[in-house]
Order: sequence, then C-alpha cells, then structure tokens
Amino acid sequence: MMQYYTDLILILDSTVRLAVPLLLACLAGLYSERSGIVDIGLEGKLLGSAFGAATVAAVTGSAWLGLLAGIGVALCFSAVHGLASINLKGDQTISGVALNFLAAGLTTFLGQSWFHRGGMTPQLGNGERFTPITLPFAPQLADVPIIGGLYSELISGHNIITYFAFIAVPLTAFILFKTRFGLRLRAVGENPKALDTAGMSVTRLRYQALVITAILVGIGGTYLSVAQSSGFNNNMSAGRGYIALAALIFAKWRPWPALLVCLLFGFLDALQFRLQGIDFPLIGQVPVQAIQVLPYLLTIILLAGFIGRAVAPKASGQPYTKER
Amino acid sequence: MANTTQTQRLEAAAADAPAIELRGINKHFGAVHANKDIDLVVKRGTVHGIVGENGAGKSTLMSILYGFYTADSGEILVNGQRHDITDSRHALALGIGMVHQHFMLVENFSVLENVVLGAEDSPLLGRTLAHAREQMAGLARDYGLEVDPDALIEDLSVGQQQRVEILKALYRGAEILILDEPTGVLTPAEADHLFRILKTLRDEGKTIILITHKLREIMAITDEVSVMRQGAMVTTIETARTSPAELAEAMVGRRVLLRVDKSPAKPAEVRLEVKDLVVADDFGIPRVKNVSFSVRSGEIVGIAGVSGNGQSELLEAITGMRERRAGAIVLNGVPLELEGDAAAADAREAGIAHVPEDRHRLGLVTTFQEWENAILGYQRKYGPGLALDIGAAKRAARGHIEKFDIRPPDPELKTANFSGGNQQKIVLAREMERDPDVLVIGQPTRGVDIGAIEFIHNEIIRMRDAGKAVLLVSVELDEVRSLSDRILVMFDGHIVGEADPASADEGELGLLMAGVTREGRSPAAGADAPAPSQDVSDKDAEP
Amino acid sequence: MSARAPLPRWADVALLPVLNVVLAFLIGGLIVLAVGQNPLQAVGVMLYGAFGYGAGVGYTLYYTTDFIFAGLAVALAYHAGMFNIGGEGQAYIGGLGVILVALALNGLHWALMFPLMILFGALFGAFWAYIPGVLQAKRGSHIVITTILFNFIATSVMSYIITRILKPEGVNSDESAPIEAISRIPRLGEFFSYFGRSPANLSVLVAVLALVLCYWLIWHSKFGYAMRALGQNPTAARYAGISGTRMIIITMALCGALAGMVAVNNVGGVQGRLILNFVNGAGFVGIAVAFMGRGHPIGVALSALLFGALYQGGQELAFSMPGITKEMIVTIQALVILFTGAMGDMLRIPLMRLFDRRATAGGQ
Repeated sequence: MMQYYTDLILILDSTVRLAVPLLLACLAGLYSERSGIVDIGLEGKLLGSAFGAATVAAVTGSAWLGLLAGIGVALCFSAVHGLASINLKGDQTISGVALNFLAAGLTTFLGQSWFHRGGMTPQLGNGERFTPITLPFAPQLADVPIIGGLYSELISGHNIITYFAFIAVPLTAFILFKTRFGLRLRAVGENPKALDTAGMSVTRLRYQALVITAILVGIGGTYLSVAQSSGFNNNMSAGRGYIALAALIFAKWRPWPALLVCLLFGFLDALQFRLQGIDFPLIGQVPVQAIQVLPYLLTIILLAGFIGRAVAPKASGQPYTKER
Repeated sequence: MANTTQTQRLEAAAADAPAIELRGINKHFGAVHANKDIDLVVKRGTVHGIVGENGAGKSTLMSILYGFYTADSGEILVNGQRHDITDSRHALALGIGMVHQHFMLVENFSVLENVVLGAEDSPLLGRTLAHAREQMAGLARDYGLEVDPDALIEDLSVGQQQRVEILKALYRGAEILILDEPTGVLTPAEADHLFRILKTLRDEGKTIILITHKLREIMAITDEVSVMRQGAMVTTIETARTSPAELAEAMVGRRVLLRVDKSPAKPAEVRLEVKDLVVADDFGIPRVKNVSFSVRSGEIVGIAGVSGNGQSELLEAITGMRERRAGAIVLNGVPLELEGDAAAADAREAGIAHVPEDRHRLGLVTTFQEWENAILGYQRKYGPGLALDIGAAKRAARGHIEKFDIRPPDPELKTANFSGGNQQKIVLAREMERDPDVLVIGQPTRGVDIGAIEFIHNEIIRMRDAGKAVLLVSVELDEVRSLSDRILVMFDGHIVGEADPASADEGELGLLMAGVTREGRSPAAGADAPAPSQDVSDKDAEP
Repeated sequence: MSARAPLPRWADVALLPVLNVVLAFLIGGLIVLAVGQNPLQAVGVMLYGAFGYGAGVGYTLYYTTDFIFAGLAVALAYHAGMFNIGGEGQAYIGGLGVILVALALNGLHWALMFPLMILFGALFGAFWAYIPGVLQAKRGSHIVITTILFNFIATSVMSYIITRILKPEGVNSDESAPIEAISRIPRLGEFFSYFGRSPANLSVLVAVLALVLCYWLIWHSKFGYAMRALGQNPTAARYAGISGTRMIIITMALCGALAGMVAVNNVGGVQGRLILNFVNGAGFVGIAVAFMGRGHPIGVALSALLFGALYQGGQELAFSMPGITKEMIVTIQALVILFTGAMGDMLRIPLMRLFDRRATAGGQ
C-alpha cells in the first residue's frame, strides 16, 4: 500500500515538474489571446529563450542572468510579432509560424557556431542552474506518515521557477478579473472599438499584453534549459508551445482550468517515462515511439472533441484598423 | 404652443457662445473629399439635426468632432474656445460624448463594466464599480435611463443597449451628445422613448446633435437642422420653418419623389409557401416561431419589423443559408429539403433568388473582380464539367453592367472599388437576370444613395410585374409601405399582423412592430398622432 | 490616413516581394557576418555550386522539384483560406505509399512503376492531410495546430515502421530494402550527360505538370472558383451554395497528394529506398516558397528555384566554408516567410512615397 502511495507521490512530483513549462507558456498565451493577438509563435519563443538562457548561464555562470537573457530573447520575438501583427496588420498566424522557424534555425546555427557541440550549449553545473529548494522542515517531516511524504517530496524540493509558475495562476486570475488593466485587456480582445472610442490606445494595450506574454514564456523557456535540464539541446521544446495553445483553448482561456489541463498533460508525460521498458501482459514492451506520440495524440483528440464549441475572444486574430 | 417655446429657446441659446462651432473643416480620404469647407454652428441647449444621404459626409464630420479623425484644415471651437481635438479622450475631456450607430459595447461584459471601461477611478476594480453603480442610479433617476447594471449586454434589447451607450457618455460628464442614426434599430415606441430622454437632456441644458437620414425624426424633435450634400454644408434652418419635402430637395439637389409609382398588382398562383416554420439561431434559440404565409406570382409581400425579430433567420431558412428546425418551405407545390452546408445551391436550383441583407458579408466577395461576383452562386452554370467558362461569365457581367447601369462599367475591376449603390446593383442584376420564380430581398437600399434607391425600387416593381413572387424584408417602414402589395408584421418570431399598405397607418403598424396586438390597443391611439401614450414607454420590446 | 495613390500593379506583384526577399537575405547576411564569416564570399560559392557546373545544376533542379511540390501543397490550401503546415509529415507518409508499392511490385519496369508510385505517394500523402482537413471542417479544430501535430506524429509513426518493420535483417542504417534499379525513376543524367550523376530525375516533369494543373485548377475551374470564394469570404461562399466542408476536405487531400510527390522524387528516384527523415525539411521550405510566390504557380516555381539554388549552394558551401550550416538556410527561410508573409506591407509605405514623388515630379 505504502509503495503505491510513494509511487503516486513520485508521479505527481514528476507531473508538477513537467507541467511547469506548459503552464508558463499557456498563461503567456492567455494574455496575448485575451487581448486579441493569436500567438502561434509560443513554440519559437520557448525554444529561443531556452537557448538564450542556457548560453548566458554557461558564459556568465549565473542562472539569474540566464533568466534575464531568456526573457530578453522572448521580448525580441514578441517585438517582431507585435510589429507584424499590430502595426503592419499582417497575418498573425504567418508571423508566428515564421518566428518558430526562425527560432529553430537560429538556435542551432548560433549554438553550433559558438560552441561547436552540434547545437548544444555547454553543460551547466549546479551553481549555474536553478536548483531545487528545500522548504523548511522538509527533511525532518519526511518520515511522518502521509503528510510527510506529501510535503517533503511533492511540495518541497522544487526550484523557484516552479513555485513562481504556480503563483502565477491566481495572480493572473486576479489581474484579469479584478483590475482595471484586466478589464481593458479583455475588452480589447472582444471589441477593440469599444476602447478606441473611449479614447484608449488599442495598440498600447496589445503591446502590454505581448510584454507579459514574453516575460512568462521567457521564464518557461529558461526553465527548460536552466532548471529542468542542464543546457540547451536542439529543438528541446518539442512541440510544447503548440500543446500549450491547445491547452489554452481547452481551458477556454481561463487561468484555473489552464492549470488543470497543463497538470493533466504533465501527468501524461510523467506516465510516459514510467511506461517505457515495462512489459505489458499481451502487448509486451510498448514501443518508444508509441509513447512519444501520446501527448500529440491527446492534443489532437482534445482539439477534435471539444474545441469546436469553444468561443475565442471575439476580436482574436484580427488586426485592428480604424475604419469607417 | 410648441413653436413658441422652440423659438424662445433658440433666441435664448443664440445669446450664449455656441456649444460647437466648426469653421472651414476639410477632410480627404485619399482622392475622396469627404468634407468640403464645412461651417457649422450648434447652439447650446438645443437639439440640432444633421441630415444627408449616405456618403454626404455627416459621419465623417462628427468623427472629426469626436477626435476619431483629424481634419486636414479648419477650426473647431467648443463653447467659444478653440481646440485641436486630437483623440477621443480629448473630446471626452471637453465634454463631447458620442453614441455610435453600431454600439461600441463589449457583449459579454455587464452594463456596469461597459460604463466604467476607460473611465475607471483606480487600478483596482472594486471601488470603481461601487462608485459607478451609485452614479448610474442617479442618472437613471434624472433622465429615465433605467437599465439593470449587472445584466450582460448580450442579454439586453437593442433599445436598452442604446441606453447603456448614452449612460457611458453621461458618466464621463458629456455636455454635448452626438447621436449617429440612433433609431435605425428601434421600434417606433422605443424611438419615442429615446426622444423623450433627449428632450429631458436638452431641457437640463445639454446640447444634442442628431445625425439621421429620417426626415420625420428631424421634424419631430430637432430645433435646428443642417443639410449636407456630397461633402458640403448646404443650409442650416430652423426646423419649424421647413418641411420634409424641402429638406429632401436640399439633400439631393433636385425634386425627389418620396413614393414609388406603381400600377396595382395582379397576383396569380401561389409560388412560395411557408408552413409552420421554426428556425433557431446559432445558439439554438428559436428565432422564427411557427410562421406561415404564402407569396403569389405577381405580388410583393413585405415583412415589416424592427431588425432582430426573426426576419434574418426567416430569410436564411428560405434561401438555404440556415437549416430549419421544423415546418416546411414549399415552392410551386414541391417541398424543399434544404439541408447541408450547400443548401443555398438547392434553393437557387429550385428557382429562389436571394438578394441578401448584408451584401458585404454574404452577397459579394469584395476581393473578387466584378465578373466573378456576377456569377456568384451560379458558377456551376458557366462551363462544361470542371472547367469555368470565363468568357461566358464576362459576357454575362457586361450584360448586367449595361442593363443596370453599373459604374464604372469594368467587369475586371475589383468589386471593393465600386460604391455601395453599384455593389448592390451588381447583386440585384445577378439575382434578377437569372429569371427566378421567387425573389427574396433583404434591406435592398441599405447604404445606397437616393438616386440608386429609385432605380432599385423600380427594378423590384418590374420583377413583380413580370410575374415573379417577391418577398421583401426591410427595417425602413416607408420602403415596405411603398413597395408592398401586402404587409406582414413580424415581432419576436411571429407574424403578428397583416395589413394593406393603402389603408394601414403608421401608428397601427408601429404598435404591431412593438408587439402590441389589436386586442391590447386602446381605441384612442389610432389614426392621428404617431406617438403613443406615456404608458407604452414601459412595454419596450424585449424578446 | 494616407492620401497616396496605390502602388502600380507591377510594383505590387513583383517589386515588393523581391524587395522583401532581398531584405531577408540582407539580414541573413548580417547574421553570417556576426559569426565571423564573409557573406559575399558565401554568395559567390553558392552561385557557383548552384549553376556553375552540370551536376550542380542537376542538384539544383532536384531540390527545386521537391520545393515545387511542397510549395504547391501550401499554396493550394492558402487559396482556400487555410495554412497547411503539415507538408513535412504528408510527404513522409507519402513515402510509405511509394515504398510499399515499389517493394510489392519490385522489378517492374519504371515506365509502369512511375505512375504507380505517383498514385500511391499521392494517396498516402492525401490521407495524412485528409484527417486534419476533416477535423477542421467538421469539428473546427485549427488546421495549423493539427497539421503541426501530425508532423510530430508522422515522425514517430514512420520511425517505428522503418526501424521495426521495413528495415531488412543485417542492415545497420535506418532504411528500407532497396528498389531494384529497373524500377527506379531514371535520372536526367541518363538522358543528358550534362547532368552527370546528379539526382535530378523525371519527377521534374511531374513538377512542371503539377504547376500547370494547379494554375488551371485555381483560376480556370469551378473548383478553384469555389475554393477562392471560400478563402476570401466563407459566408459568401455558403451563400453561393459552396459546401465549406467538402471544399476544405478535398483541398487538404489535394495538398497532401502534392506533398506526397516529394516522396516520389526522393524515394522513387534518388534514394531508391525509404530512408529515415528523408524529407529533411522540404515541407517547411514549401511554406516559404508558397508565401514568396504569393500562392501563384509561377511565383512558386521561381521561389522554388531560388531555394533550390540556395540549398545546392549551401551544400557547396558546406565543403568550402564549414562555418555556415544548414540551419543558416533555415534561418533565411524563416526570414523570407516573415517578410513576405507577415510583414509584407512594411516596405509598402516607403515604396508608395517613392512612387508618389516620382509621379508628382513627372507631372510637372
């Protein structure tokens, strides 16, 4: 019995760790989508910031500087996306897709040019990463039945970005629904004309949303390379940006449901590692490719099963023009 | 008695600095000279009307006043002081508020949230909303602008939504209110209620500018009226001293026939029959509730009613754009199935032509060339098998252009470059020239200038005289009355009454459109005054 | 609001895209400079590699063929209002179709095998695009996300099939059994010695045919009319009796079929076997090609040629200047998509000003 419980705790622990980048990307997407900007480019931003963070962390030896770099890269990408979508009124989907390719190409290219390791950045030592934080009394409480395991394994022992990601959820809920900024943000995604005629700048609001998006996804990318792993690998985002988008749609652009969906994906991911190498009664060993495919399959099923009915913010994806 | 008060008011107002004065306002949009050297004086504490056809430049002028656009040249004076109004925020700060034709509201926000949007007191919403609630209660008391502050906009009637728009302006301290075509979406009763509100506001010292093309409203409520034509200001005159005919002539520059000339109808066999039709909208809510009627060859049946009472869904069901939930649509005795997302093709095949209410959204692909739109819906008929016979299509397009005098006469020009009236002609030509059995038309002259209106009305009559069955839907009661041989009134998804255009009066129709049935009507309201009594104000149309 | 006249048509259709591409290359060049290489030298090497000798031209043609197919796969969907990002996966799965029929009938003369490979490559590729198409048409699932996910799924699925099922005993590399020489599509070099041993094969002709057919389909057929109406105004398309569901599904299937032709070129021609990851990014290049070419077959052809030259030049470059890798090409691709696709209008205003000034100067 205890074995199952410990197993459960460990899986939940993995779930949390694997859900973090998704959650951050998802919340990032929430801000821009709520303001009416479609951001297919989350994937590219994740990848780009992962690279930026790992590079700077390796070169300077500081994880925090890496974090700043990660956010900086995401801001640059957001700036280009904003320029294309808001000022030039270009197609937001194309802009996002192009930026994803740009990230894929540039990260490997620069990585190879600078470090000559086939696109990888140098391995980061423990001092250069975000390491697990042990919450007070965790080691002492470890042996306490039930709660002890929960506290010392599941709740304690995550790095600071993880804790931030979880705090970001109620923070986002508060900002979105209880502040003036949130009201205006939601309005601009539904009916930008309502704000324009009230004398507020649609452009400025949308850029503000993009900045928040960039910060959140930059932290997410940094997590990938400087917290979860110890360096950048080619294409390490592996489609998480797209999965985050699907999660966002599934969560109907609301912060708390987004948390649940991302945890669900994290859980599946965690399960994936568990299932590798296990002999099932009839099937034998599950081929590694079948397990790899699971998150993508699930996303497709989500998109097919429920999404047709979700209602996006009304002005989503449409450039705003003063027209008469 | 009323005239004396009005004259007194104008004299008193003339003594103060005018609320708004415009001098030499010019505005270009590319090659189009939308406002030509406009001078305008709006006296404080009056209701000032601005009339003109579509494209005359009235909305542009007001947008400049509200800071939405900047004038190329000219001066704006507010309360005697010169100001350069750079954006809407500035205009609001000067006390100028605008109530738009298409409401600038966020549908899934509450009334309160919409009112405070952009005018919040503090970064946190809690205090702002409480304060606004108080304010709104006060405004409601003073001006009769009652609305439930927690209701969602999408749940409100159009009349109520408009009140929210007005509240928005007043909440921000507007002293000068601009209303752009406010009654287009209101029942006659709601319109009357609006006018009462406006009169109260005026009596409290506010200045109202009313943009409209409805001459009757001008006569009913304004103190002064300015006429614009093709970008220029033609004249400004005291309302009491003018008449609709005079105003119409000023708007167009020549004498205008306000009624269509037509010979009596000769209806023959029944072509289109609608039986117990039930149609639901995208959210599953029934919008057409058990409607039955028929249209004969050689007659025009007009459906009158305020938009939003199911007319759109009715048209969509008949033309195959929307599946019906129950009931039958029978053409020449044969029931039509009309299922699937290509049902519109079946309707056309059967002989129903459709001039849609919204030509931009449905009737045209504006990025296509003119000839491509000339065959929209009928593309299967041009060419063998899979191939498209472009030559034949262009020939057909040229035929349409000639017959309907479409300008510029270039079938290869992108449709977006044609004016509203010409675009409508493209649609009409296409639908009429296929020689249908039934012609279904929605809002035929929306956004079309007077010259083209006459032409279009005549074409509709011509179709009727050629033996077609014509079903007409329009929110312009005048249009329905002048074109139809029979009028059906639609309210809340039902046909609530039938009328003979020759004998029916506007008051009666207005009551029907507002959902007041024959039985509920008091004998006093009837032939004379169009304005119903005070009590009706509480029965605002709420679906 | 601007009071300038719109750009003359030639400037809109040709000049602006060309300028955008030049800008993309300029920025790419800057990046090359930033890593310490000489962009001008790089360009020189690339031009030589692409056009300087027979085999080089052959290689350029070979890549161009791939990009024409991939570009058309995106362009067609674009006219119907969709973004088909799944060309990569569709081509990959198309390869499965090609190899299955080729191995099943191994030894058949290429004159008969060629059309069979085309058929099966098209069918399998179409299938991989059909599913996302159905999901979009019937469930409203965003085609961009589903096609991207299908790319990932294709990678896993094909990886399993190649390594566990198709790989013959005793073979070390991840590939299928080979197609016999008589069944493979003959190389151009077998007819014209100018092309040497380059992989350009008769698929080039299929590519040209595809271009012509697509042109006809888009502008001279009822299907194309319906497709364009749907892409430009879906509500009006419904009004016109065009079934959006049908159009989306058929269009996506056609796009998948076109992408499958990449497999014919590669599996049936060059390699003669199904190799892991043989598509190697061609699907993504197709996206850049389609946008650069504004969705028009002629534009697609020219852009495909440009990228084909870029790729072959890039290979040449890899020998002489190892500091510049394939990823650099990917970067330039991305920049091209960005500038021609999303930021296409960036240069429009300055251009309009320029033309305006010339017009007013000429008028006096």
